[in-house]
Order: sequence, then C-alpha cells, then structure tokens
Amino acid sequence: MQLKTNNQSMLQKIAPFIGLILIIVIITALNPGFLSVSNLMNVLRQVSINALIAFGMTFVILTGGIDLSVGATLALTGAVTAGMMASGIDPIFAMLLGLLLGAVLGAINGFIIAKGKVAPFIATLATMTIYRGLTLVYTDGRPISGLGDSLTFQMLGKGYFLGIPVPVVTMIISFGVLYFILKKTTFGRRVYAVGGNEEASILSGINADRIKIYVYSLLGLLAALASLILTSRLNSAQPTAGEMFELDAIAAVVLGGTSLTGGRGWIVGTLIGALIIGVLNNGLNLIGVPSFFQQVVKGAVILLAVLLDRKKTA
Amino acid sequence: MINMTDISKSFSGNKVLKNVHFTLEKGEIHALMGENGAGKSTLMKIMSGIYTRDSGTVEVKGEQVNFTSPKQAEEAGIAVIHQELNILPHLSIADNLFLGREETIGRTGILKTKQMEKKTRQILGDLGLDINPSDPASTLSVGKQQIVEIAKALSVDAEVIIMDEPTAALTDREIDSLFKTIRELQKRGVSFIYISHRMEEIFSLCDRITILRDGEFVGERKISETSFDEIVQMMVGRELGERFPERNSEIGEVKLSVKGLKRKDCFEDISFELRRGEVLSIAGLMGAGRTEVAQSLFGYKKLDGGTIEFDGKQVKIDTPRKAKEMGIGYVTEDRKSEGLVVDFSVEENVSMTNFAAISKNGLISKDKERKLYDTMVKRLGIRTSGPDQAAKSLSGGNQQKVVIAKWLGIEPKLLILDEPTRGVDVGAKKEIYSIINELAERGVAILMISSELPEVIGMADRVLVMHEGKITADLPKQEMTQERIMHFATGGGKLAVEDQ
Repeated sequence: MQLKTNNQSMLQKIAPFIGLILIIVIITALNPGFLSVSNLMNVLRQVSINALIAFGMTFVILTGGIDLSVGATLALTGAVTAGMMASGIDPIFAMLLGLLLGAVLGAINGFIIAKGKVAPFIATLATMTIYRGLTLVYTDGRPISGLGDSLTFQMLGKGYFLGIPVPVVTMIISFGVLYFILKKTTFGRRVYAVGGNEEASILSGINADRIKIYVYSLLGLLAALASLILTSRLNSAQPTAGEMFELDAIAAVVLGGTSLTGGRGWIVGTLIGALIIGVLNNGLNLIGVPSFFQQVVKGAVILLAVLLDRKKTA
Repeated sequence: MINMTDISKSFSGNKVLKNVHFTLEKGEIHALMGENGAGKSTLMKIMSGIYTRDSGTVEVKGEQVNFTSPKQAEEAGIAVIHQELNILPHLSIADNLFLGREETIGRTGILKTKQMEKKTRQILGDLGLDINPSDPASTLSVGKQQIVEIAKALSVDAEVIIMDEPTAALTDREIDSLFKTIRELQKRGVSFIYISHRMEEIFSLCDRITILRDGEFVGERKISETSFDEIVQMMVGRELGERFPERNSEIGEVKLSVKGLKRKDCFEDISFELRRGEVLSIAGLMGAGRTEVAQSLFGYKKLDGGTIEFDGKQVKIDTPRKAKEMGIGYVTEDRKSEGLVVDFSVEENVSMTNFAAISKNGLISKDKERKLYDTMVKRLGIRTSGPDQAAKSLSGGNQQKVVIAKWLGIEPKLLILDEPTRGVDVGAKKEIYSIINELAERGVAILMISSELPEVIGMADRVLVMHEGKITADLPKQEMTQERIMHFATGGGKLAVEDQ
C-alpha cells in the first residue's frame, strides 16, 4: 500500500521531466538545429526571467495562494530602478533599492491577504492594476533609457560567466538557494504546512500570517531581480514590461506538478515547467509554426499536462 | 414501513455497525438514540442511500431494496433533513422550495414564478407558516427554514422523514411549532425518525425508541413503557472493567485557574481550577461550548471576558503560538482538519510543533528530526511503516497518537485533549488512556473534553458538566455517575437533589 503511494508520487514527480524530454525529441526530429549549443544557451536565457518569477510563484502557490501582480511588480521596479540610474544615482545602489522595492510590493500583497483576509486572487488583481498604473504614472507611459554604462548592470542581462549567460547563472544560483530553503529550513517546511492545512498549522503554533507575508515578499524580490535582468538586456525600462508574465509563471508552476490548492509540489518541477514553456517558445519558432498558431499549441500543451495530472491524482 | 435487519458496516477494518436491527411503522415517530459514535448516523446514511451496507437486508414497504444513491432513497419516499440545512439564503423561499424541480413554461426553462409562489404560500400555509414566498430565505428564522425543508421533503412525496438533531439551533417556541408540524404530518401518515440527544423532547414527541451503543443494537422500547433512567442506562451502561488502566498520580498545586471566562454566543461564566497531575474532564453534549472553551484557552479563539492564571501568574493567551511557548498543548477534536497535515509524513507532522528542538538558525537537522520521531514512535507505540509514511494512510488510532506526539515534544505542563478517543478502536483507546495516565503521573495537568461518559468516569479525577455554554455541575470522582452527568448535560438541575 505504502509502496504504491510512493511509486505514484514518484511517477507524478518525474512526469513533467518525461514531458520535457518528449517535446525536445519531437522538436529535434523536426529541426536538429535545436540542439546546437548556441540555441540551447539562447533557450536558457529566454527561460531565466520566467523561471525566476516561477520559483517565487511556487512558494506562493504552495501556501495555497496566487499572485497576479508579479508582471506589474516587475514593470514598476524596473522603471523605478531605471529612473534612478538615469538620474545618476549609483547603479549598484539603485539596483539594491529596486530589489527592496520588489520585496516591499510583495509584502504589501502578503499583508492584504494575511491580515486583511482578502482572497489572493482578488487582492493581487487589485494590486496588479495599481502597480501597473503607478508604472504608467511614473514613466508617463514612455520607456526610460540612458542608463549609463555600469559594468555590473550591463553584465546582469548581457554578460557571460565561463561561457554561460549571466541570467542563466543567476537562475541556477537562485534555484539552488530556493531549493535548499524549501527542503532544509523550518521556513520551507512551514510553507508546505500552511498550504497543506492552515488550521492545523496555526494550532501547532505556526504564525501562518507571517509565512504568507514572507512568500509574497520573496516573490516580489524575485520579480524585481527578473526586472533588472530584463532592463539590462533591453538597456531600457518599458512601462508595458512583464505583461502576462504572471500567467507564464503560474503555467510553469502548474506544469511542474505543484497543486494550486497548496501544500503539494516542488521547485524542481517548476524549473522543468519553465523549461517546457521556453523550449516550446523556441522550438515552435524553429520548426516554423506560424506565430499566431504557437499560442494555440502552448495552451493545448498546458491543458493536456494538467488534465493528465488530474487523472493521476483522481 | 421500513425493516432493517442484521445491518453491518465497516470502515477500513473498523466495524461501526454490528448486526443492527431497526423497524419503523407507518405514521410513527421513532427516536434513535445513542452516544456519539454509536452508529446512528451510519445507520441513517445506509437507509438514505449515502452508504451501502456490508451485509443485512433493508425492506421498504415489504420490498427488499438496495439503495446505491440518495436519489433512489428519495424515490422510495425517504427524505433526510440534515443538521445543516440545505437552504440557499439568497434565493427566495419559493425558489428554495422548488429547487431542482422548478415549474417552467413548457421546456423553455422560463420560470413560472407567480405560480410557484402561489403554491409555496399554500404549501407552507398548510404547515402553519404565514410568509411571503418572494422574500429571501435568509429572512426566515432557523426554525422556519426547517419547516421549509420539511415542505420540500413532502413535495417529493416523502413518507419517511429522517431528522438529525433538528432542534439543536432552535428556540423553545420554534421547537413547539416544529413539533406541532410533525404531529400534524404524523396524522396524515408520515413517519419520522428522530435523532436527538435531548431526552425531554423524545419523551414528549416520540412513540418508540431504538437505542444503539458501540455500533450494536441494544434495544427497542415503547416510550410509554420506558423511563428516562432506563434509556440512559441502555445508552451508556456497560462494564467499565479493565478498560481504564490505573493511575497513581499525585495531585499537586494549582496549574491553571480561570475565572468568569466568556465568549459571546459560545459560553459564559466559566470558572475552574486545574492542578498538577490532575485529569479534569469537561462533559456535555455537542454544541455545549466545550471545544470553544478549549480553543479560547489555547489562544485560537478570542475571549470576551474573564481572567486566566497559569502557574500563579495572570496571563493573556491570544495566539496558539503563545500558548505553546507557555507549555500548553492542544490535541484537537478533529484530527484531520485541525490536527494533521494529512499529506505530510508522520515525521513531518511530529516536527510541526517542535521546530525549536530540531533546528538551529532555521535549518532543520535531519538527525534531530529523526531522533524525535524515533522517540515518539517508541514512547507512544505508533504503528507506522516508517517515518515517511503519509499521515493520511494511518489508522484513526495511530493518527490520534501522532497528534498527541506533536505535543509531547514540547514537554507540556498543561495538555488539553478534545475527544481524544473519537473514532479510535477499543485497543488503541486503552493505549491512549495509558498515555494520559503516564502524563498525569509526570505532573502534567490534563484537561480532557469527552462525550463518552464511560471515558469521563473511568479517567477523570473531576468532571465539569456543561450545558448551553454554562457549567451546570462540578462533580468529584465519587459523585460521578453516567445518569447524573447526562442529567446535567441535558440541562436538568433537580435530579441531583432527589438522588441524595
């Protein structure tokens, strides 16, 4: 009996990985160029921004929450950081402030959800609009450029480290740290506990409100980090940056097998989920699927994955 | 009308009904009584098609039936009115009455609202309810909503209506009018099965009574030929025997002293003392406010008044976290929804209250975690296939031990146990009693809420009886009898004097 449940959960865990391999095999068969080193690096770099956000989203979803405001958080932190850099503030200082702003915006979400007892969907739908609106107000609807030539800032989006794009290195390091936090720390355990059974967690003396505020704050911080990478790559901050990013992040988490009801899932799955989305984006281009049709395929793959997942758990 | 014979039912190896009989005559009001967990609701769920029986036969009007869904039972004329009413508060009274079988113009789906409202007025008027059918159902009192539910049952031609604790949320006047309705329908040939803990109601309303205990049929009596005492004895009377292991604890100084605790609409005027090494039980019926008192002591529910002294110091406990830091543990009533994270492993569940002991600077030490798990499994005799077994796949008794294990790790000074043996088989029960005894012998103060009277009498040094949010009796061990506790729990006050 026990063995069976273990096997089941094991299968559930590796299913996204099998899916990824399958997609790679199909795409490579249709266009062997996919597997070239330069293309793979390209894919990874494209994935890194979504992956960073999706890692944070994993924490939020594990507590049973959701955050629709990450795209807007990314835009606002990017704009404010770029604004500071354009006005001559020390770029490193500006970037740190940008990260802090991201964490604060996330904490605001967490606070509204935990203390105000507002459903996460509604709370972050509202802050999404507010954050996006603030971005437009701050930028007056225009991109911010002229960000100077700080090497650190330029490296963040465009540099290479040992031949690997810096955004990919950032993603890998973040993944390692977050994996460790979820797996080995009391905080990680409490994230699972709150999502698994909030009432039992509170009755065990866990401060569930605090955990929630922390996870939204962490997601805000990661969105801000993603915004720095994006701003560096584009050498400017766009007021419309990050639109629909929240949905790609949620899709990556769900593809990775994390339950939207909270308590179950793992961050490795999210990384694979983000890779599936990235590989699809890249591969569909390579094999010449018309760009309008690509969206249909992407949506269908997500739907298929979730349907299969439901079947297994039912 | 209905004849159930030799009904048995098990859940995951736990036999909850053993060869139970039940017969219902046409036009009678038949009470079904028994302690919590005696099998009443399982029996009724079999009758109404929610569960299927393992063995035995069910006959309705002389024909053998095998319901596999509530729909089939409904078609055979059996309707259930649950404790939680199926009223949609924002819909109109007429909409509620016709829910699922709305009258429409042809097959268009366009509602004949006027006609349904007219019928509603007529049907409910028949039952003595004068209302405006277009008002939202939420404007009705609970008692009137109940009558709407009865009307719903009648409008699908129910001949048998099962009512589960219908009066729990009603005022005396509402109870009177409900009873009037029931008697009126009885004259028209409708049969009722009436589940209640309230003895007075059963004597004033019912014709016959069937009593279950521990999933077994104990007896059936005509109400006119039995007495309050006989029924209580049938319900609770069993040999205590060896079921409760002996305890040699030394009752020491006062650990917890509460005065005038109050929570609006839950309880008031709760005062008691609990000493080191003492097992104090709170008895009473469901809904008497016992759990709420425990939750307030543990900081999970807010108090509206009163003082708490712990270890001689006045304290304010406003979060479970604070309670835990003071050395208070709380084994919750419902282990699945409040006690365990069912997807977590046994080990992870045990760790949930013990992060301080198994981690340093926020890092969990796998060694310390495993050591804690090993200690607890050994100490409590938890039977698992290993630390990674999911809590949801454990038996009820082992799950309960895991919940207790969570709290032993903090070395509690006060342990609150809410229905510690509910849904636990006899063997595991005794083990849990031994654990409680061992804790008391170590000087832990125990506050044990229980609806099982034998358990209260077998385990407690003292019992507080609660009725509708108030303490109605505080009995030392030598004055505890099941009859007396039951009497105070149902709100009686004079029997005690006659007793002596």
